Amino acid sequence: MAQTLYDKLWDAHLVEQREDGTALIYIDRHLIHEVTSAQAFEGLTLAKRPVWRKSANLAVPDHNVSTLASERRGGLAALPDPVSRLQLQTLDDNCAAFDVTEILLDDPRQGIVHVMGPEQGAVLPGMTVVCGDSHTSTHGAAGALAHGIGTSEVEHALATQCLIQRKMKNFRIEVTGHLQAGVTAKDVALAIVGRIGTAGGTGYALEFTGTAITGLTMEGRMTLCNMAIEAGARCGLVAVDTTTIDYFRDKPLAPKGEHWERAEIWWRTLQSDADAEFDAGIEIDGSAITPHVSWGTSPEMVAGVHGHVPRMVDMADETARNGLARALEYMGLSEGMPISDIQPTAVFIGSCTNSRIEDLREAAAVLRGRRISPTVDKALVVPGSGLVKAQAEAEGLDQVFLDAGMEWREPGCSMCLAMNADRLLPGERCASTSNRNFEGRQGSGGRTHLVSPAMAAAAAVMGRFVSVDEVLSSGIETRGGI
Amino acid sequence: MRAFTQVDGLVAPMDRANVDTDLMVPKQFLKSIRRSGFGPNLFDELRYLDEGEADSDNSRRPINPEFPLNFPRYQGASILLARENFGCGSSREHAAWAMEDYGFCCVIAPSFADIFQSNALKNGILPITLSALQVDTLFERLYEEDKFRLRVDLEAKTVLLPDGELWSFDVDAFRRDCLLKGLDDIGITLERADVIRSFEQRHRERFPWLFEDIVL
Repeated sequence: MAQTLYDKLWDAHLVEQREDGTALIYIDRHLIHEVTSAQAFEGLTLAKRPVWRKSANLAVPDHNVSTLASERRGGLAALPDPVSRLQLQTLDDNCAAFDVTEILLDDPRQGIVHVMGPEQGAVLPGMTVVCGDSHTSTHGAAGALAHGIGTSEVEHALATQCLIQRKMKNFRIEVTGHLQAGVTAKDVALAIVGRIGTAGGTGYALEFTGTAITGLTMEGRMTLCNMAIEAGARCGLVAVDTTTIDYFRDKPLAPKGEHWERAEIWWRTLQSDADAEFDAGIEIDGSAITPHVSWGTSPEMVAGVHGHVPRMVDMADETARNGLARALEYMGLSEGMPISDIQPTAVFIGSCTNSRIEDLREAAAVLRGRRISPTVDKALVVPGSGLVKAQAEAEGLDQVFLDAGMEWREPGCSMCLAMNADRLLPGERCASTSNRNFEGRQGSGGRTHLVSPAMAAAAAVMGRFVSVDEVLSSGIETRGGI
Repeated sequence: MRAFTQVDGLVAPMDRANVDTDLMVPKQFLKSIRRSGFGPNLFDELRYLDEGEADSDNSRRPINPEFPLNFPRYQGASILLARENFGCGSSREHAAWAMEDYGFCCVIAPSFADIFQSNALKNGILPITLSALQVDTLFERLYEEDKFRLRVDLEAKTVLLPDGELWSFDVDAFRRDCLLKGLDDIGITLERADVIRSFEQRHRERFPWLFEDIVL
């Protein structure tokens, strides 16, 4: 019978199907970080349970690390916040006690778990991947079945190497045509979430297909799958093709020699069959997608950069009107206003959505030879990993950001979730390349607008949301001069 | 896990769609390495007028008198009534721990986000999905009646309204069984350790590269 990519991955990892509809699914790779693992390791300790298979696990600190070079220089012991230090030390202690491999805070390969994983080849096509983080969906870009899980499931995966799952339904999102210049995977992701809503993918595995998707780089596919959870789907998927295989060819933990040959044969089968049936599907014209900006407090509240904030009369029902009213009040916006009138005073380029080298190149291309607007008083660029940072520095991108008046930080999750000191002040408005614009997400009272790295850079220069073209033709060409 | 069989509880409202887990437990409280003690920080940004920190003394913080959970009439509530897509966003199980620690053992909504639903069920909290129309009705009655209570019976899969009306709901059979008996998943799965081991052996032969040690 014809199968979808999700069906194939499911079947390859199905340990046991039970009569009640649940199944045991085998987990190949478990990524671990400091925020959702401590209670799981404590559970193992209390129940005197060992880790099932040590080689499946790889840990890295990322969510709650300082991104200031001055604070990172002295290592973990020198971090100023004692609560954070204890959490990070607990990860180190647990990894040591349970013999789990960890990339330590001062290792040059440290980074956001979803950037580090593929970069090291710790995530590979055809794997099942779990992590106590909802953005684990990122790894579907590799043709891997990757689920975000809670801490009880982290403990379950550590103890049993399995998850108890119910098979999800299949949802195909076909993006046809080719993206216009200045339109990125982030815009595609925001357009999709805007179209199907934050619960549109609940209960489904989303597979992204079509020429606009196959035309994306691996980094772009990661950005797209990363935000599958913003549409309610635990996992997003892109079929394996030559782009995928070429990406993993030289990764440190990728199979070598005869194992690579065997792996490649299996990976090449990781596509949905031509006549596979999906339970749901939509088609989007990729060539019609414009650069997107979120205006509200949910990732489905988006508009094109040349569009407008919706009006109350456009809302379908009372709950939607209440939602819009609350979002407008929180965001300090008025109904119907043009997106291009929104003026962020902070800019954040980073997160597991958009902190890879390609993202930094994209932002730097807009910022090169320009300065950020005098109205922007906070501008952070946080590379996704130490290796991304080193590559960016080798290309001189750090200098482009510094010359523009931005800060160049150490790798970590930073202001995407604002667990560390990188956060918005109440009322502060931010152009952010992260994934969530929930109330308080980037700091209590902070106002988040989700955009691509190029759009964040453009907003930094102009002090309001504009398309990249407008910056390039604005006459703001040389440093400080208008 | 605490078992769940029946509850006859006071109902409190959370009258908005897409309640996310960031709203349920803001990020600064995720620094804790414990599983307990999150109750005072459930819906922290809505509940208090100041910005709480992990080491704040919550008993001394200014309460937001306009937030329904702070109304005297909802004190002691054990059932939360909510709108669609409850628990969306982050996978933080801290959201479920905070609900449990606060005293909620049941959430009723037209739909739930997947990860929150799974986390809730593993912490003795029953998410009940009712139709949007039924949820509308419950909100209306909740606002009309002081001390509006519901009786939830997991064994019978029913919700009993004060006027005697009885509604049934669906729940995953496996999860229902675990909740009724207070069973922990890991113990159940480890009973199948032999099956997992034999799968693992076949998987290793097929995909040997997945079993190489991580050498950094």
